[in-house]
Amino acid sequence: MTEATARTSEGTVLSPFSKMLWRHHGEPGMLIPLLQAAQDAYGYIPSLAIEQIAEVTAIPASEVFGVITFYKQFRLLPLGKYVLRTCKGTACHVSGAELIAQTVEDELGIYPDETTKDGLFTYMVVACLGCCSLAPVVMIGDQAYGRLTPEKVRKIIKQYRRKKEQAA
Amino acid sequence: MREVVVGLGACGIAAGGIPVYDRLKELIDPQKDQAVLKQTGCVGMCYREVLVEVREQGKRTLYGDVTKERVDRIVEEHLRAGKVIEEWKVGEENEVLAKQKRIVLRNCGKIDPFSLDEYLGVGGYQALVKVLNELKPEQIIAIIAESGLRGRGGAGFPTGTKWKYAAAAKDQHKYVVCNADEGDPGAFMDRSVLEGDPHSILEGMAIAGAAIGADHGYIYARAEYPHAVRRLRHAIGQAEEKGYLGNNILGKGFNFSIRLKEGAGAFVCGEETALIASIEGRRGMPRVRPPFPVDSGLWGHPTCINNVETLANVPWIIINGAKAFNIFGTGNSKGTKVFALAGKIKRGGLVEVPMGISINEVIYDIGGGTISGKPFKAVQMGGPSGGCIPAALGDTPVDYEKITATGAIMGSGGMVVMDTDTCMVDVARFFLNFTQNESCGKCTFCRIGTKRMLEILERICAGKGEEKDLLTLAELAEQIKSSSLCGLGQTAPNPVLTTILYFRDEYQAHIKDKKCPAKVCGALVDYVINSELCTGCGLCLKACESGAISGEKKKPHLIDPSKCIKCSKCITVCRQGAVEKR
Ligand SMILES: Cc1cc2nc3c(=O)[nH]c(=O)nc-3n(C[C@H](O)[C@H](O)[C@H](O)COP(=O)(O)O)c2cc1C
Repeated sequence: MTEATARTSEGTVLSPFSKMLWRHHGEPGMLIPLLQAAQDAYGYIPSLAIEQIAEVTAIPASEVFGVITFYKQFRLLPLGKYVLRTCKGTACHVSGAELIAQTVEDELGIYPDETTKDGLFTYMVVACLGCCSLAPVVMIGDQAYGRLTPEKVRKIIKQYRRKKEQAA
Repeated sequence: MREVVVGLGACGIAAGGIPVYDRLKELIDPQKDQAVLKQTGCVGMCYREVLVEVREQGKRTLYGDVTKERVDRIVEEHLRAGKVIEEWKVGEENEVLAKQKRIVLRNCGKIDPFSLDEYLGVGGYQALVKVLNELKPEQIIAIIAESGLRGRGGAGFPTGTKWKYAAAAKDQHKYVVCNADEGDPGAFMDRSVLEGDPHSILEGMAIAGAAIGADHGYIYARAEYPHAVRRLRHAIGQAEEKGYLGNNILGKGFNFSIRLKEGAGAFVCGEETALIASIEGRRGMPRVRPPFPVDSGLWGHPTCINNVETLANVPWIIINGAKAFNIFGTGNSKGTKVFALAGKIKRGGLVEVPMGISINEVIYDIGGGTISGKPFKAVQMGGPSGGCIPAALGDTPVDYEKITATGAIMGSGGMVVMDTDTCMVDVARFFLNFTQNESCGKCTFCRIGTKRMLEILERICAGKGEEKDLLTLAELAEQIKSSSLCGLGQTAPNPVLTTILYFRDEYQAHIKDKKCPAKVCGALVDYVINSELCTGCGLCLKACESGAISGEKKKPHLIDPSKCIKCSKCITVCRQGAVEKR
């Protein structure tokens, strides 16, 4: 997503997030759910959303920002089309997650928390996806891929690329 | 009517359960085949996912490793021709289950988590009915106290005592919080219960609410568990609709509602005071206790925080009685414990065993030993707060005090098995990296001390360790333990301390001999191409950025150790597995 389209969507989409903003009446503990809704709506938390949330909750924007940066879930930059998560939990670690992570980095040409130039993948490393018995695991979007080898990972990434080419 | 049941826990889904389910749905004609298609949560044998069970009168058949392609034959042969496909059956099921006792997992893998009727069908909400009809709050607490149930979230605090304190606190509002943050890497017990039997948690919470006089409950669920969140939300809606939650429950004047809060990805939020801060919408940073949450928790009101597994035990204890529970177990560890068996284990998955059985029994008799067939070296228990128990102590029983005596902790139930290919220094480094990342930064020693320890471990793994490093590590460990506010810092050094205690020679090998006995630490091994496996395809040669690989096409290639920077790229591209670390 480019900066320009992100900005237009900020203005035009009336998402569940906008509705939540409207309905908010100062009940306590709503900051994180509001941020989650904003992220659901935009894929990240745009600065406009921070201002809006600060306004309706009467929490200073600086504090809202502090909460955003505390939690790993929240992102301040737009995501690629697919989020690729490499699991580095204990079970995955002892089953060769390092090699898988390296293969992903090589294949995508980016480091964790970066997005590929074509906007197809955002790459993240996570502490545990909870499918330990399938280790090592990579998740793309909502789909988990288990018992991976470097070769399998390359194949899977290529499939996604091909899907994009076919769509284009 | 026969039932065809697909295991759709997160593991089952990850292994391809949805296409299997969809294909079955396409093929099965309920009328013609006299069979209905159903789904259930985690069956426990994750290593054989996708699991499909066929239930017929008086008989059940469990198929493992089912794929979309295999579905057709199951429908044709089993459902339509009445012939069991022996070679796809999970033959070892009895062996896996023999030493297990299922209390927490009583319904997991049996009922459809989306169906309240199925939960009611197995006696669901009967404990709540009993509590509201027959028991006074003190009586509920007395039963739980007598059962000997201790918190399963890690610290093992007696649940009856916690409830007694919470009940004694005087306030207009009180809260029950279910801690479903399950942040330990390598642990997935809570997730499986939430996904497989969500109503049991709601029922446990409502009983806790009745016992302590709370009117509201919160479930704090981990952000990475979308399936669990969806099922919980669905279950809350059903329970409200049928009057098991809400106002005037079962006409007994008891009000109790439950809200679901999704975490946002921070391990420290599993700590109870941090969890409270997070529900309140703040940065999840722990605070000094006392006051304990039972006196001053959510928004200053008394709050009873219990773990998922703890709460799942509660309805069972109320129905079956304290005695039925505490006949299982040892002196101070009663009942059962659920473990997530993972790592280099043959039969990884979810197991529930009576307390007191030995670690060896769990690993060999249930888990089938290591998947590689190589010797079992150690088992990591308690995640980042725990430690590595060596194979020599495999007779240690599953018991809070006995496990603590080894330097590890019972923890929430992760059991990551390691074989001789696992480097213990690397494992220690791995956990320190985790805690160092997850430290909230409030306490200096936890924030900076863990960083210093990590740097030392990284140095050792890189072959630059010095003799005095082990002393420095021990010293830092003591300081971090004694000057951190919460359990994260207080236990962060445990993985390092236990590996130094039991695998000192491995540290020495790294430091003195500059060798990694398990051949894991890149800097301490040589990358060699096995000429018998190499086909000379040239992929590694192309991938090598330092020009260390040479060789003619179709002839075995060679790595020049003086040029090799040990980046592992060659390993990731080789299709023959010919590049070895020696
Ligand atoms: C860093 C840290 C992380 C924790 N993570 C969890 C967790 O993920 N789940 C959990 O139930 N308890 C966790 N705990 C323990 C809780 O603080 C608390 O003791 C527990 O939820 C109480 O419930 P119980 O008595 O039923 O075990 C954690 C503690 C610490 C210090």
